[in-house]
Amino acid sequence: MATPGISPYPAARPGRRTLRRGPISARFNTRVLTLILVLTIVLLAVGVAAMMLGSLHIPASDVITSVFGHGTTQQEFVVRTLRLPRVLVAIMVGAALATSGAIFQGLVRNPLVSPDIIGIDAGANLFVTFWLVFGYAYRFVPVAAFAGAVSTAIMVYLLSLRGGIANDRLILIGIGVAAAAAALTTLIVVRAPIDAVRPAQIWSIGSVYGADWSDVRLMAVALGVLLALALALTWPMRVLQLGEDRARSLGLPVERLRLLVLLVGSALAAVAVAVAGPVGFVALMIPHIARLLAGPLTGMTLLLTGLLGGVFLLVADVVGQHVMPVSLPVGVLTSAIGAPYFLFLLFRSGKGRLA
Amino acid sequence: MAGVAVSANRRIKPADWRSDRGRASVGAGWRGGVLVVGAALMLVVGLASLRFGSHPVSTSAVWQALTQYDPRNYDQAVVRSQRLPRTMIALGVGAALAVAGATMQAITRNPLASPSVLGVSSGASFAVVTAVFALGLTSVTQYVWFAFAGAVAASALVFASGSVGDRSGTPVRLTLAGVAISAMLSAWTSALLLVSKETYDQVRFWFAGSVAGRDLGTFLAVAPFLLIGVVACVLMAHQFNVLSMSEDAARALGMNTTRVRLIAAGFVVILTGASVSVTGPIAFVGLAVPHMVRSLVGADYRWVLPYCLVVGGIFLMAADLIGRLILPSGEIQAGIVTGLVGAPFLVYLARKRSVAT
Repeated sequence: MATPGISPYPAARPGRRTLRRGPISARFNTRVLTLILVLTIVLLAVGVAAMMLGSLHIPASDVITSVFGHGTTQQEFVVRTLRLPRVLVAIMVGAALATSGAIFQGLVRNPLVSPDIIGIDAGANLFVTFWLVFGYAYRFVPVAAFAGAVSTAIMVYLLSLRGGIANDRLILIGIGVAAAAAALTTLIVVRAPIDAVRPAQIWSIGSVYGADWSDVRLMAVALGVLLALALALTWPMRVLQLGEDRARSLGLPVERLRLLVLLVGSALAAVAVAVAGPVGFVALMIPHIARLLAGPLTGMTLLLTGLLGGVFLLVADVVGQHVMPVSLPVGVLTSAIGAPYFLFLLFRSGKGRLA
Repeated sequence: MAGVAVSANRRIKPADWRSDRGRASVGAGWRGGVLVVGAALMLVVGLASLRFGSHPVSTSAVWQALTQYDPRNYDQAVVRSQRLPRTMIALGVGAALAVAGATMQAITRNPLASPSVLGVSSGASFAVVTAVFALGLTSVTQYVWFAFAGAVAASALVFASGSVGDRSGTPVRLTLAGVAISAMLSAWTSALLLVSKETYDQVRFWFAGSVAGRDLGTFLAVAPFLLIGVVACVLMAHQFNVLSMSEDAARALGMNTTRVRLIAAGFVVILTGASVSVTGPIAFVGLAVPHMVRSLVGADYRWVLPYCLVVGGIFLMAADLIGRLILPSGEIQAGIVTGLVGAPFLVYLARKRSVAT
């Protein structure tokens, strides 16, 4: 990652403004702020568009009135019970995944890292495959997924704990545990009859189909708490990026901080997996794109990353539902759309600004 | 006292450079010795693979099956038609994947790099799934050339995307392009599998990665690619050593790093493409075996690569053998065993000492 430039007069750098109100001052990067505002508008627009489309086409004005409870009964049912939760869940899952990816990449400093490097997706997949193949209730799949994600993450942390959690060790152990979980999952998949395996296969692609208000509440609470924690941790994370020795000499409790950051990142990813299944690609690529647009990690770029993730997942879901000849789950679309766009960015960006 | 003084003098005579050389050859000696032991172990495991399974066969029967084949003898038929192909495939593919993995880690200087990062596995998988979906193929032998073609095509796309305008010198763009294209291809693969249950039913076994059920002819058809790839990578070992220093150092020593990387990556694609087309994706060997080898012999690629050859072959043969023996009836595919057995070993290695990158 690019070393944070240290200017002797940081407030004077182009694009940074300082806002002062009495004893309080805050520093903004106007470019990032503009991007955030633009993205918020885009998000609202795409959200409304998403709620317009479907077997019952509802015009935009009616969508807005239905959201606030003044539409016709039919429109209100479609919008408030079916479409609005799905849109909200898509946005929040995307934001959670993107933020989680940004946290991991910021902490581990390897551009190939994403939350599933520590086995979260693989663990969730294993638990859910086991759960569904052996015929348990579909209602509890999110619980199984969360349990799988969390237990895998804890196992990886405990195994890599050796007077602290070093990056290389964490990554390798994460890959090992994920590979073992994947092998167990494959074992179940090849030995069980196809009809038992099929629901698990479908879940493992990642989808927001059938999202309801309980999912929205869960995601909202989780995202609220975890995003606040992540924002509070951005400054310590930035200092950690200077190197562990420097961070320690600046008074940071490095090991506890690393563990806390990892926990926040894992929790974000685990909640997202529990609600939507292992949606791939978002956590890996969105932070790269955000960094291209906004530069290295700050509180505002973290918000930008979350917004980008939300917009991206929402767009992917809309495309998967309405543009494709067959209705496809969002997990397919995130890679199918994201990869070409990311390659396009690679072409355009020239050298050096990606890691 | 005089005698002691004389021997003390003798010990510090200038001609001690001779004992320095002796020490160096002893250093080379232990690595060479262990390699020979490893090769012998490879033969032992191969013999075990021919002997054991659901129907144990004696060593003499194995020997006869290899030298004086009598098709009417049941033991010999089992050895020749079933176990010999899978043993040879396990040996060849295991060696190829390990060497390819070590090469990938050398050219990217990233301990996470494995050949699948170049899009090989996902390209092969996509091609196989498309072929089964569109053409209704049924046997693994039919998949082979589709898989190979898919692997090569996907990697070509990755090279094209990742190399354009990459003047930074580090292969970050190549790896990122590889990850992106892999994700895209596996998304399309998932979409196809989602749409057609029958395709998924057939292909899920191929995805597990197995050396069983393939005939020797198939393996011999791709064996030249494996051989060429392995030999080429082993010959490039010295260049990998130079490359594993920093980019600046390598360039300062006159190496054209971009060209070396491209050539090496090309051989990685050949090795991995040929392997995946025969066995299906066995992902863990390319990542874990180089780490195991490096913790044993250090970071000199002139030793790491031959060791990867041997250890990779042993690893996959042993995985196949375990998969055959562990269940009271039926088998576990080798690709599953490599994950289940290799992963704890990798965890143990990562904990035991600082991991050589």
